[in-house]
Amino acid sequence: MAHGNYSYQPKNAFTKWLDSRLPIIRLMDETMLQFPTPKNLNFWFTFGGILAFMLVVQIISGVVLAMHYVPHEAMAFDSVERIMRDVNYGWLLRYIHSNGASMFFIAVYIHIFRGLYYGSYKAPREVLWLLGIVIYLLMMATGFLGYTLPWGQMSFWGATVITNFFSAIPWVGESVTQWLWGSFAVDNTTLQRFFSLHYLLPFVIAGVVVLHVWALHVPGNNNPLGIDVKGAADTVPFHPYYTIKDLFALVVFVLFFSYFIFFAPNFLGHADNYIPANRLVTPPHIVPEWYYLPLYAILRSVPDKLLGVVLMFGAIVVWAFLPWLDRSHVRSYRFRPVSRQLFYVLAVVIWLLGMLGAQTPDGNFEFYFGIVFPISKLFLSQICTLYYFLHFVVITPFVSTTEKALPVPESIGTAVLSKAGAAPAAAKG
Amino acid sequence: MRIIALATLVAVFLSSPAFAEGVSSEPKHPETQSWSWQGPFGTFDRTQLQRGYQVYKEVCAACHGMHLISFRNLAEEGGPEFTPAQAKAIATGIQVPGLDDKGEPIQRPATLADRFPSPFPNEKAAQAANNNALPPDLSVIIKARAHGIDAEGPDYVYSILMGYVDPPTDEPVLPGLNYNPYFAGHQIAMPAPLSSDGQVTWPEGNPPATKQQMAKDVVAFLTWASDPHMEARKSMGVKVMIFLVFLSVILFFAYKRQWKDIDH
Repeated sequence: MAHGNYSYQPKNAFTKWLDSRLPIIRLMDETMLQFPTPKNLNFWFTFGGILAFMLVVQIISGVVLAMHYVPHEAMAFDSVERIMRDVNYGWLLRYIHSNGASMFFIAVYIHIFRGLYYGSYKAPREVLWLLGIVIYLLMMATGFLGYTLPWGQMSFWGATVITNFFSAIPWVGESVTQWLWGSFAVDNTTLQRFFSLHYLLPFVIAGVVVLHVWALHVPGNNNPLGIDVKGAADTVPFHPYYTIKDLFALVVFVLFFSYFIFFAPNFLGHADNYIPANRLVTPPHIVPEWYYLPLYAILRSVPDKLLGVVLMFGAIVVWAFLPWLDRSHVRSYRFRPVSRQLFYVLAVVIWLLGMLGAQTPDGNFEFYFGIVFPISKLFLSQICTLYYFLHFVVITPFVSTTEKALPVPESIGTAVLSKAGAAPAAAKG
Repeated sequence: MRIIALATLVAVFLSSPAFAEGVSSEPKHPETQSWSWQGPFGTFDRTQLQRGYQVYKEVCAACHGMHLISFRNLAEEGGPEFTPAQAKAIATGIQVPGLDDKGEPIQRPATLADRFPSPFPNEKAAQAANNNALPPDLSVIIKARAHGIDAEGPDYVYSILMGYVDPPTDEPVLPGLNYNPYFAGHQIAMPAPLSSDGQVTWPEGNPPATKQQMAKDVVAFLTWASDPHMEARKSMGVKVMIFLVFLSVILFFAYKRQWKDIDH
């Protein structure tokens, strides 16, 4: 989307010399400073920058934590406590890292749902979307591996439950699981390899993020109207317009993050993970971290282990087909009234699955405020799981071909100028 | 569609709201207490932590270790803040395993650098002495007993300590166990540790050593032990939050100013 005329001119002898050998300053200038960006991006579009920041926070805090952490089943738990007690500002590092994982997932979920709502997955951004799904899968793996490291009860039993998924694979399941463990059960070998992989994967994520940003810079940003940029009147240079906007949003996000670090550092964790791992005592209720709960509910919704695992992974993989399941010629759900309502229904269904994933599997659905619905959790999670898949596989193709889209503005520039008298649907969202 | 979904939810909600009924062996919800360290400005009461340490040492330490705590911690900022001389005196009054010059195992007085000793040489011995139940290490017991912001774990441990009552007739207590409705399953191996007022003698100037006071003080001590840098954390947090609020206000106006001539 080279609508702006790039105007990088090396100014001195060194930059001229460098520019004809490695034009890295030119690349930075064109992709990070001058990059023409639609001028109508709202605050939902700031989460990409926030995610980049969170990746850096997690890597830096993690690298320092790894200098003090001991990946051994007899020492891991105490080494984490030692970090929080005896390492200077170790408590800060550890709480940044453990709450940072949750913040990372909050930001990524907002980022994904923003992409869904404004049709950012549609052509020509399919590859960008697919790379995003790869990043999300890598984040899931990294989060799970990291949660194992403190070697508390939830670490150990979470690792046991998750690695046992692989035993559902026909014929080779048991061998694959033992190969992952490096043993016949989750034990010290498992912990050591999980530590190694937990250190490795963030750098793989960083690599895919580079591809993700590259894939963003070819078609350019989508925008709340979901229409293509028609000319220079539709855009502003990324710097200073979006650097300042993203920075403001980032500081507000860090404010939220800081509340958890300093005033509720264990709120998002599970108390049982402060009990050292004990293979002889199974916790009464094994729950994963909050960010896996909807998937956990899908897993448990079917009695068959293999089917449950397939559905759980399928629940993520199905997002990869979205660019082709959605047949609409309009991107933004602002102009797609039915899709917009279905977006909220899907969000509610995923929220319900999350609540179900946090509860024990038997009995009736417990809503908030101690209210119990007269519907069994199993049945509700089956309904929700069914709806979840129907949304993507049946409803989206059907609705996207049949719904009557609202008139889409001519260009970003004209939409912006007529905003004062525009319909509520086009209000800044 | 959203309206329909909401209406359905409301209809289901109104037509038959069944409320959760407690199963008989479900643990009772802990009694909510007020604690000095609650809230973003909460701090520990030094004398309460010092009294709490004494309760730990004279009552709990008979069965429970705290292997993550060193005697030096007792004199550190944000904790009971005994003077270094007091902490040293406490340490030397306690015997810990060591080696003599010939490498023979001996008992020697502890130093500030030593961890609190465990009352049993190993888990097996601890179980053998306690009707096969293992008294948990108390170093992080408050963090391990409830999540939540800063009160649930303390409330739980306090409720357990104060919760020993005669069992109801329909819940026979198994031999070697004790009835405590706050414990999961209601039957706990630990006998009531605080059995009578005045079990601990505090120095002059402290409140009377009632059961309730001893329970509160030892919970305060255990809360500090679980999270010894809580005061540093909260005080840094207040500064960080104030700084970030200012920064975000400045950035907001910078953002508004930058965009004021752009229609968007």
